[in-house]
Amino acid sequence: MQLDQIDRQIINSLQEGFPITEQPYAEVAEQLSLSENELIARLERLLADRVLTRFGPMFQAEKLGGAFTLVAMSVREDDFERVAEIVNSFPEVAHNYEREHHFNMWFVVATDDPKRIDAVLTEIELDSGYSCYNMPKQDEYFVKLKLVV
Amino acid sequence: MDMKTLSQQLQSINRHLAELDAVDDAMIRAIENGLPLCSRPYAQIADQLGIDEPEVLARLAALQQQGVIKRMGVVVRHRELGYRANAMLVWDVPDDRVGELGRCLSQYDFITLCYRRPRVMPDWPYNLFCMIHGKSREDVLQRIDWLIEQCHLESLPHHVLFSRRRFKQRGAVYRSDRKGDEPVIQDKRYAT
Repeated sequence: MQLDQIDRQIINSLQEGFPITEQPYAEVAEQLSLSENELIARLERLLADRVLTRFGPMFQAEKLGGAFTLVAMSVREDDFERVAEIVNSFPEVAHNYEREHHFNMWFVVATDDPKRIDAVLTEIELDSGYSCYNMPKQDEYFVKLKLVV
Repeated sequence: MDMKTLSQQLQSINRHLAELDAVDDAMIRAIENGLPLCSRPYAQIADQLGIDEPEVLARLAALQQQGVIKRMGVVVRHRELGYRANAMLVWDVPDDRVGELGRCLSQYDFITLCYRRPRVMPDWPYNLFCMIHGKSREDVLQRIDWLIEQCHLESLPHHVLFSRRRFKQRGAVYRSDRKGDEPVIQDKRYAT
């Protein structure tokens, strides 16, 4: 879909945050010189057209008790589809990307219980026949999380 | 994810939640797939939960302050907005310089994640990971050159791993049994 300048301003502004006040849309609308109704209508459209995945809170997973890790595998090219299917079949696998490298499969494992990570990786290794390289986060640096559109 | 697995996960997550009370829990459930699009969204949530609007505002502000909520706002679909080149950029940094370089890299808008992770020797010497979203491959490579100059990274080995295919992308849902439309936890933006 085509985004106009107002859509872009809305997206850029709402990547920065959203007020927790009685009339938050009115506040944001005023900053953007829009009416409250127009802002709401445009957000509805951006969500319906799937330009936006979601509009709401982003949680810090660990503070809700979960655990995440990034895992790499080096999979033979002609075996890639089979292994991807195995990896994706685990509900704990949240993302899986093919990347250009000797380590060509990269996925994220998210579990509610940190102890479950190792069990999932062992199961994936047994089912796929490939080793998992586990690279859990050790430190996170603050990022602004904003892409100007 | 089937309902049984989801329900087991939710039970287990709930056990970890001793520090958040039942009202916080219900509130998270009410908003995790999105805020209501109406003039007083927090009043609507309050009605739903049977509490009053000031309490919702206070609780949300507290969750944000504690960092349980990292941010309120939009999650964009990068690809649809023209950010088609997605690269994982990894560096082999001496251990005592990781913090300094992580902070330098993460100040730029186009870096969407920046993490320290363990090396897996001998195959994987890299210990600082960041994600770059660019409009094209050339755009990403130019930005990397610029980063190298800005953060003085000339001497550090690095590698750029562009994504080829996205096989799966879904976010975790913490409280709700409604499967959202790819709800994404911002923390986990390994996404496109």
